[in-house]
Amino acid sequence: MAVAEDAGSTGHRAAASSGAKRPSRLLRNPMSKIALVPMIAIALVVFLGGTVWTIVYSFTDSGLLPRLDWAGLEQYDRLWSTRKWIVSIQNLALYGFASMIGTLVIGFTLAALLDRKIRFEGVFRSIFLYPFALSFIVTGLVWQWILNPQFGVQGIVRGWGWESFSFDPLNNPNIVMWGLLIAGLWQGTGLVMCIMLAGLRGIDEDIWKASRVDGIPVWKTYIRVIIPMMRPVFVTALVLIASGIVKLYDLVVAQTGGGPGISSEVPAKYVMSAMFGSQNLGQGFAASSMMLLSVVIILIPWAYLEFGGKKRG
Amino acid sequence: MANPATLGATGAAMDASRGQMSSDHHRGPRPKKALSRRNIMLYGVLIVVSLYYLLPLYVMIVTSLKGMPEIRMGNVFGPPLEVTFEPWAKAWSQACTGINCDGLSRGFFNSVQILIPSVLMSIAVASVSGYALSMWKFRGSEVFFTILLMGAFIPYQVMIYPVVLLLRNMGLFGSLSGLVLVHTVFGMPILVLLFRNYFASLPVELFKAARVDGAGFWQIFFRIMAPMSLPIFVVAMILQVTGIWNDFLFGVIYTRPDQYPMTVQLNNIVNSVQGVKEYNVNMAATLLTGLVPLTVYFVSGKLFVRGIAAGAVKG
Repeated sequence: MAVAEDAGSTGHRAAASSGAKRPSRLLRNPMSKIALVPMIAIALVVFLGGTVWTIVYSFTDSGLLPRLDWAGLEQYDRLWSTRKWIVSIQNLALYGFASMIGTLVIGFTLAALLDRKIRFEGVFRSIFLYPFALSFIVTGLVWQWILNPQFGVQGIVRGWGWESFSFDPLNNPNIVMWGLLIAGLWQGTGLVMCIMLAGLRGIDEDIWKASRVDGIPVWKTYIRVIIPMMRPVFVTALVLIASGIVKLYDLVVAQTGGGPGISSEVPAKYVMSAMFGSQNLGQGFAASSMMLLSVVIILIPWAYLEFGGKKRG
Repeated sequence: MANPATLGATGAAMDASRGQMSSDHHRGPRPKKALSRRNIMLYGVLIVVSLYYLLPLYVMIVTSLKGMPEIRMGNVFGPPLEVTFEPWAKAWSQACTGINCDGLSRGFFNSVQILIPSVLMSIAVASVSGYALSMWKFRGSEVFFTILLMGAFIPYQVMIYPVVLLLRNMGLFGSLSGLVLVHTVFGMPILVLLFRNYFASLPVELFKAARVDGAGFWQIFFRIMAPMSLPIFVVAMILQVTGIWNDFLFGVIYTRPDQYPMTVQLNNIVNSVQGVKEYNVNMAATLLTGLVPLTVYFVSGKLFVRGIAAGAVKG
């Protein structure tokens, strides 16, 4: 890789200037290595070590305390026969799919509108992005209030005379995930809009000129030329959204608490209640390992495309 | 990036050419953009969407200024007929969480106590690491960095329990310093990436010249690199202040109830099942909690955007 070569050449140059005094490679510039100790410790102990630890203990029958009593796949068997977990997975799949499409479409559309050389661009951008500065707790609580059946959207429409109107996502198990989605999209689209806008700004002005000379309509230029050119930006945005979706937790806790019943449970919440609520550590470890697996499934194709492609090209 | 002057010029040229092509909108010479159908559509859509994005903020504000009788009579969007600040006072000092009834103020001060050391420590560790990674590469340094970056994608739930054990062994579980450590650890991937990329973009000649003059690791960092990198330190600070203030998960796991940060306290107040729901107090509390990151956001403006863009696009 290019990085390794780079490191080698700086090493050579350093050797030429000060290498005569310190012959050993490992001891050269000891301060720079000492300074990296915290980072290396975090990477190896917490990130790598912690992950391996959790995976190993997911094969045990740990209850209140972690114990190394081998139990094979028992925890996973139990996990996949628990209705709450199945509901969590289904919810996350629905939310994830809808949120990915929604965020990309809305994010790109807003970015494209802002890129049309409009006035007050900064004001509009600030408005679209400010929800991203707020926490999921704040987001969840505000939307809980707006979607309140009595005083919120449903109540208002009924007040206009449409008595049978019904829109109560937070108390209706069938549509509760859409209630969460409304809040999630409100909070998250600004980020994607920003990424998309940065991508659009990176596109050569000549492309627009060329398409204008050829008389191609603006919308067609976006679909046929600009979006294909922005493939890497879309991929980055997608990976970012996807890894955020798997972590979905705070929003659910604040907005619905997993209810009504268990209809808006999500995997992260399942893990938390298994570990800290019902003192069932093994279940928590198994469930979190499954979460990790889903991230790996998302990330490997991306890493292959991003880094594998570069090596060949 | 294209410089703004050229962008503006091409924009004007474009409008001119459009004007000539569509004669039905040709209203004679005008110095600036005409009110074309395209513009009405464009701004119309933008304004409608803006209103939608602003709606929750508006709802928070108006609800927090109403009295409970007025809330029961009207709806969430109605402006307050009689403005009262009582809900704010109550949210700050009297609202009950189920454990105690001293309002959000406790959570606020806890959050401040968590925030300041966490931000300082995470930035200190990450900036030095990023500097070492970009300028003092050695065999294997990139491997450690890759592992660290992967940490950004691993769901926190996978690492939560091992961290509980680590903190317990260090005697820090349930203490504020333990939480500070946790924030430092989990802030590392994005911050190190941010600093590494920034330092790598600085001219190498600077580094080489300092080396030839005999400057060491820390000297180069403090005398040359850090003073040149003020913007990226500010960006890192914005990222961390909003991120740590908004954290819920770590706060709820790694601290005791009397040390809960503001977000956890807020959730406990609003979602508490005891007593009558006081929506105005709840919204005042919500707004109070959102005030810190909102202030940071509106004051920092472009730097906030730069922070998330740097973290996102270059990753």
